[in-house]
Amino acid sequence: MNPGKQLLRQDMMPHILCPGCGHGIVLNTLVRVLAKRFTSMDQVALVAGIGCSSRIVGYIDANTLHTTHGRALSFATGLKLSRPELTVIVITGDGDGLGIGGNHLIHAARRNLDLTCILFNNETYGMTGGQLAPTTVLRAFTTTTPYGNKEKSFDAAELVKAAGATFVGRGQAYRPDLLEELIDRAIAHRGFSFLDVMTDCTEYFGRKNALGGGSDLLFSQARGEEAIAQGLGEWPELRDPDGFPIRETVPMGVLHEVNRPTLEEMMGLAGYDAREE
Amino acid sequence: MATELVSGNEACARGAIAAGCNFFGGYPISPSSEVAETLAKILPGHKGIFVQMEDEMASLGSVLGASLGGAKAMTATSGPGFTLMQEHLGYATLAEIPCVVVDVMRVGPSTGVPTAPSQGDVMQARWGSHGDREVAVLAPASVREIYDMTVNAFNIAERLRTPVVVMFDEVLAHMREGVELSAPSHDELWRRPRPLEDPGPSFRAYLPNEDGVAAMPNFGDGYHFHVTGLMHNEKGFPTTHPETIRGLMARLKRKMDPLPFWLPAEHYRLEDAELAVVAYGITSRVAREAVDRLRDRGVLAGLYRPRLLWPVGAADLADTLGRFQSVVVPEMNQGQWVEVVERYLPSAVRVVSRSKLGGEPMTTEEILEGCREFVKKGVRAL
Ligand code: SF4
Repeated sequence: MNPGKQLLRQDMMPHILCPGCGHGIVLNTLVRVLAKRFTSMDQVALVAGIGCSSRIVGYIDANTLHTTHGRALSFATGLKLSRPELTVIVITGDGDGLGIGGNHLIHAARRNLDLTCILFNNETYGMTGGQLAPTTVLRAFTTTTPYGNKEKSFDAAELVKAAGATFVGRGQAYRPDLLEELIDRAIAHRGFSFLDVMTDCTEYFGRKNALGGGSDLLFSQARGEEAIAQGLGEWPELRDPDGFPIRETVPMGVLHEVNRPTLEEMMGLAGYDAREE
Repeated sequence: MATELVSGNEACARGAIAAGCNFFGGYPISPSSEVAETLAKILPGHKGIFVQMEDEMASLGSVLGASLGGAKAMTATSGPGFTLMQEHLGYATLAEIPCVVVDVMRVGPSTGVPTAPSQGDVMQARWGSHGDREVAVLAPASVREIYDMTVNAFNIAERLRTPVVVMFDEVLAHMREGVELSAPSHDELWRRPRPLEDPGPSFRAYLPNEDGVAAMPNFGDGYHFHVTGLMHNEKGFPTTHPETIRGLMARLKRKMDPLPFWLPAEHYRLEDAELAVVAYGITSRVAREAVDRLRDRGVLAGLYRPRLLWPVGAADLADTLGRFQSVVVPEMNQGQWVEVVERYLPSAVRVVSRSKLGGEPMTTEEILEGCREFVKKGVRAL
């Protein structure tokens, strides 16, 4: 049996994710890590913003907080400062975390509070119907770029690293085994840890760009090496000779890891608890 | 106890400490910044945390996160920042998270006049967030009252699990008055309700107590529960079920019912009065003087001073003012709370707005002038 299964709230099922959506794989991977790391979820809080990815915190039997669009990190900041003993994990999406919540993301990285932020990056706004996101690649079709995207996208990992995060990594729904290790290391890291996780929106991004179903999208995450070799085009325009989409390769794994005092250390909050005596 | 010279903003910060505030998340903005500056200095010495956030959305977000962790949490801002906080005020109402928001009013709209007084945020405080919601808004009129009402605000926020707004203006924020600030005793501080059920899979965090308030634990108390800005059932899980939504909305409204009894309006010389002035905050101070001066000249005037702007103490308002022919409502805006007075008084009462804009406080003379047409001929010149 999946060791994470007992951590799912059965009365919240069925979940809202579409068939083939990459988010379910990340949720599954996350609960596996949680089940391994923690004997009880009493001291674990999951904080999310708005969007398909952010909905997943509701499925986990812990202290769960589904906040406003883009602002999960601000809630997490207050929660962690008032209760430094809690493990606080923030779940966000690319629109949530880099669009409307971009300012909160860079400042959370700068503060280096001991939080873990997992960004589900599907290059679109799924929940609102597949619009342009700050991560949408050039030329991709979305419901608000019917003639193709003309804006350069963000590299979330580079951005957060530059802002001062002390642990930055990138994973893929395609490789849950590596992702599991990455999430585990991110939670273990003392300080602000950030993971850019490639997931896929089959329902909108996949359909709009004729990229196939869930498994086609997953496999496209794997074919990046060839794209680099060919040095051509932009995903999703780029296809192999059989017509399958090829994704540009971006570095995976742990991309940055340093030690710097956390905000709670700077504030001397060891043993602090804001609850009334 | 010694009398001290204290500004409104400092009194607000010290009232927060007296109330047991141990978290402040804020963003600088005139004319409220001294609240943050004072708390940055004194919170660490009172086992509290001060954090300056990147904007006002994050400020109130951090406050809500801290409150869910069990902190007594607050932020302070002014008009433009208050506008940015509306999103999280709505969230706090629906998710039932205690918090105190101080709004020091300045001239708007937009950047307006950053350090000049106004009372222009009265309707924003009521309706600024989308959707229907009740909100507690307190309007102190002196430095001493800012201190006391900041304590009241924490008490209400904790007991009713709701955001409470304390509103005053730039003049009250920056003026100094000689005051004796006596801290409330431990028993005078109200606590948030305790959960009604034991932890476990069937635990309902949004099960209301007899006051209609969700009796929620804090995060990390050993209960697992879900907090969301979506409409939710008693477990806190999202719902689109119309009956559940109607029940939740009715409960959130009903739980605010005791507020007008906790903070009744002040009736000043109204008993035998023939002319009533309705004023709150800074404007009520000159209105009181105008009433005294009218009385000196034989005009039977009185002052009705709401200390709670929202929810409206409608029964008291109607009982007290329903018998008047004329009610004058001076405000430092284009006429906001006057609409409340009109709404709750019988149509036979003539309700007249006296508005002042421009960033200057209302004067006694202007209120006297505003009352002139209601004073019988033959009264000594006003
Ligand atoms: S809309 Fe897209 S991102 Fe959202 S659940 Fe469906 S496939 Fe996943």
